[in-house]
Amino acid sequence: MSDPKIDGFELKPGFRGMASDTGSDQTMFKGVHWGKAMMWIFLLSDTFVFSCFLIAYMKGRGSTPVEWPNPSEVFALEAFGVPVPLLLIALMTFVLITSSGTMALAVKYGYEKNRKMCGWLVLATAVGGLTFVGMQAYEWSKLIHEGVRPWENPFGAAQFGSFFFMITGFHGTHVSIGVIFLFIYAYKVFAGHYENGGKRGWFTTMKGDYVEIEILGLYWHFVDLVWVFIFAFFYLW
Amino acid sequence: MSDEYENKSGYQAQSSEALTGSAGSTPDMDYVRPAELPEQDLYHGHTFLTKWVFCQDAKVIGVQYFLTAVFTGIVGLILSWLMRLQLGFPGLAGFITAEHYYQFVTMHGMIMVVYFLTALFLGGFGNYLIPLMVGARDMVFPYVNMLSFWMFFVAVAILMASFFVPGGPTGAGWTLYPPQTILEGTPGSGMGILLMLISLALFVIGFTMGGLNYMITVLQARTRGMTLMRMPLTVWGIFTATVLAMLAFPALLVSAIMMTLDKVIGTSFFMPTILKAGEVLEYGGGSPILFQHLFWFFGHPEVYIVALPAFGIVSDLISVHARKNIFGYRMMVWAIVGIGALSFFVWAHHMYVSGMNPWFGFFFATTTLIIAVPTAMKVYNWILTLWRGNIRINTVMLWCLGFIVTFVNGGITGIFLGNVSVDVPLSDTYFVVAHFHMVMGIAPVMVIMGAVYHWFPLITGRLLNETLGKWHFWATFLGAYSIYFPMHYLGFIGVPRRYYEMYDSPYMTSAVGMNEFISLAAFLVGAAQFILIFNIIKTLKTGKPAPKNPWKANSLEWHTSTQPPEHGNFGERLPVVHRWPYDFSVPGAKDDFIPQTTPPSEVVHTKVEKT
Repeated sequence: MSDPKIDGFELKPGFRGMASDTGSDQTMFKGVHWGKAMMWIFLLSDTFVFSCFLIAYMKGRGSTPVEWPNPSEVFALEAFGVPVPLLLIALMTFVLITSSGTMALAVKYGYEKNRKMCGWLVLATAVGGLTFVGMQAYEWSKLIHEGVRPWENPFGAAQFGSFFFMITGFHGTHVSIGVIFLFIYAYKVFAGHYENGGKRGWFTTMKGDYVEIEILGLYWHFVDLVWVFIFAFFYLW
Repeated sequence: MSDEYENKSGYQAQSSEALTGSAGSTPDMDYVRPAELPEQDLYHGHTFLTKWVFCQDAKVIGVQYFLTAVFTGIVGLILSWLMRLQLGFPGLAGFITAEHYYQFVTMHGMIMVVYFLTALFLGGFGNYLIPLMVGARDMVFPYVNMLSFWMFFVAVAILMASFFVPGGPTGAGWTLYPPQTILEGTPGSGMGILLMLISLALFVIGFTMGGLNYMITVLQARTRGMTLMRMPLTVWGIFTATVLAMLAFPALLVSAIMMTLDKVIGTSFFMPTILKAGEVLEYGGGSPILFQHLFWFFGHPEVYIVALPAFGIVSDLISVHARKNIFGYRMMVWAIVGIGALSFFVWAHHMYVSGMNPWFGFFFATTTLIIAVPTAMKVYNWILTLWRGNIRINTVMLWCLGFIVTFVNGGITGIFLGNVSVDVPLSDTYFVVAHFHMVMGIAPVMVIMGAVYHWFPLITGRLLNETLGKWHFWATFLGAYSIYFPMHYLGFIGVPRRYYEMYDSPYMTSAVGMNEFISLAAFLVGAAQFILIFNIIKTLKTGKPAPKNPWKANSLEWHTSTQPPEHGNFGERLPVVHRWPYDFSVPGAKDDFIPQTTPPSEVVHTKVEKT
C-alpha cells in the first residue's frame, strides 16, 4: 500500500527515528492491516516448518549408508521417445510461478476496485494452482508405478521416497488449501463482497475488503517460494 | 442461531477531537496522538452457546483455557503421586507395574510442560490479560481465538483418550526418543504413542491460531498512548514467549509428523538398522540423533515459553505489592527479549551425552552460560525493586518471594548442568530432575499461584481468603523444598532417574529413607493444592466482594468500566495512556499510585518522571 499519513506522527530520520517509530503507540507497523500482519507472522512460522523439513532432509540424505538415487534419472520424463531430465518439473515450476504473476495482478486490480479483472485473475491463479496439483499427482503416480514407496524404492536409499513424498506432499497440501481458498475468494470477488464497504463474513462477521486478496496473495507467493527451495533441494541436488 | 450482529453506538470510531477531549480544558502536555484505527467490530453472543461455549470474548476464552489446563494439571499431579508411591514405597501399590510407572513418568512430563504450563500461561493469562493490559476491546481475531481454544480442547481430549486405549498411553519418556518410542516392548508403542503425536500436532495448530492473535494484538492493537515501553512486563513476557512458541513449535510439529510416518507407514526417518531378538527389522538408515535435535530445538525454547511469562507476571506483582516502581524497566524488557533470542542457540546442552563432538558441546555450554547473565539481571532487579519498598506481606507477595528463592536455586543448578564436564556424570540422575522441577516446575507454578490470588478479584469480583492463602503458600513452599532439596543429594550419589525400582543397588542404604521422605512430602504438597480449590469454591459462594482495584494497581486491567470487565472491556471509550504502569509511591502525589490513564496535567506538582 502507498505510504499512509498517520495523524500526529512524524517519521524522524536515523536510528532514533527507527526506534521511536517501532516503539510508538497503537501500532508497530503503521497502516498495516491486522490480517496482513497476521499472515506475515504465520508465514514466518511456516518458514520454520519447511526449514525443519528441509534440514531434516539434508541430514537424512547425508547420513544414510545407502547411495542416494540420481534425480536426473528418477525424475526424467519420456518426450517423443527421449528421456528428458526434469521436463515435468520445469513445466510444474513454470505453471506455479506464472500463477504467482496472475496473483500479483489480481491484487493490483483489487486495489483499483476493478472487480471483474480481479475476479478473473484470482480464478486464473486458482486454475494454475489446480494444474500444478494435477501434475504433481501425475508425477506421484508415475513414481509409484516405478516402485517408489515411502519405505523403499528400487533406485537407492529408502529415505529418498520418505522425504520426497513427505515434503512434496506437505507442500502439495499447502497448494491445495490455497487453491480451495482461491476459488472461494474468486467467488467472493465476483459476488461483490468487497464492494461498498464490504459484506460481513460467514462466521466471523468481519467486513470484507480487497486487502483480503493481498493477504491471500502473500500466502500464494510464499507457497511458490517454498516450491523453489524444494525444487533446488530435490531435483537439482 | 438467533444471534445478530450488534454495534453499540459507543463503539463507533470517534473523531480525533472527541478523543483528545475538548480543546479548551486540556493543556498541550496531555496531548496524545489521535486514534489511527477505527473501533473494532465485536460479535456479541446472545445464546448460552455463543456466550459461554463458542465464545469470542478473549476473557471467556482465557478462563476456558485456564480451567482446561488446570484439569490436565490435576491429572499430572495424580500421576506424580502414583510415581512417588512407587519410588518411596516399592511394591506397596501392587497395581503399579514397571510399564505403568514409565507411562506415568511420560504423561506427567508431557502434560505438565505442554498442556498445563504452556496453555495456562499463554492461553489462560495471555488471553485474559493482553487485551486488557494494552487497552484493546478484544483480541484482534476473536473467531480464530475461539477456534484456538477448541483445537486445544480436542488435543487434550485425544491425550486423555490415550489412557483408555489398548496398551495404554506411551511410556517412552516425555522426550519420546526414537527408536524405542515406537518399537514393541515400550509401553504404549501402539495406539498410545500415535494419540500422543496427533495430540501434539493439534496442540501446535491450535496454539498457532492463538499465538497469531496474541502477537498482532500486542503489535497492532494497543490503545492511544500505549507505546511499547509503557507496556506492563506481563505483556512483554507473554509476547516474547509467544514469539518463541511460533518459531519453536514448528520443530515439534515436524518431528511429530515424521515420527507418525515412521510408526504408521514404516518410513525410517529416525530409525537405524535394528536387530531384535536376532532378527533385522524392516527399518534402516535413519538418524535417531536428528529427532533429538528437532525435539530440543523445540524443547529448549519451550522452557522459556514457560519461564518468560512467569518473569513478566512476577515483575508486575512485586512492583504492585511492594508499592515501588520496577527497578530497571528497560533492562527487564531487554533481558526478556535477550533470553528469548538466546534460547534458540542452546538446545544441544540437552544432548551432551548423545555422543556429539566435544567442540559442539563447548559451543553450547558457552551460550548456555551466557543466558545466566540476563537472568541474573532480572533477579537483581526484582530484589532491588523490593529494597526499601513498602512491602505488603500478603499471599501474593509470599508467592513472589517464594518464586525468587526457588528460581535462584534452580538457576544455580542450571549452571552446574550447563558445563559439559559437570553434566556428564550428573546426566540422567535425580540432580537433573531436581534442577528442572525447581526452575521450570515449582518457580512458574509459584507465579501462577501468586497471579491467581492477584487477579482473582478482577475475574470474579471477590477476594480470596488470605488465611487459607497463607496456609496454601507455606505448605507448598516448604513441601516443595522438602521434595527437591533431597533430590539434589540423590543425584550426587548417582541415583538414576526413570528407574522403576532400585532393587539391591548400592544406593539402597542412604536413598531409601530419603525416597520415603520425598514421597511423603509430595503427597502433602499435592494435597495442599486442594486448599486453593476449597478457597476458590468458598470465595465464590461466601467471599467478600472486592472493592474496585483492590491492590491499587496502575495497569489498565483494573481501570475498566466494570469489574469484572464486560465484553469490550472499557465501556464507551478506550482509555488513553500517559505513563508506564509503575508509578508507585511518587513523592508529592495524593495516592501512592498514579494509574496509567492519569494525564500529566493532574500530577504536575509531583516528582513523577516522564515515561
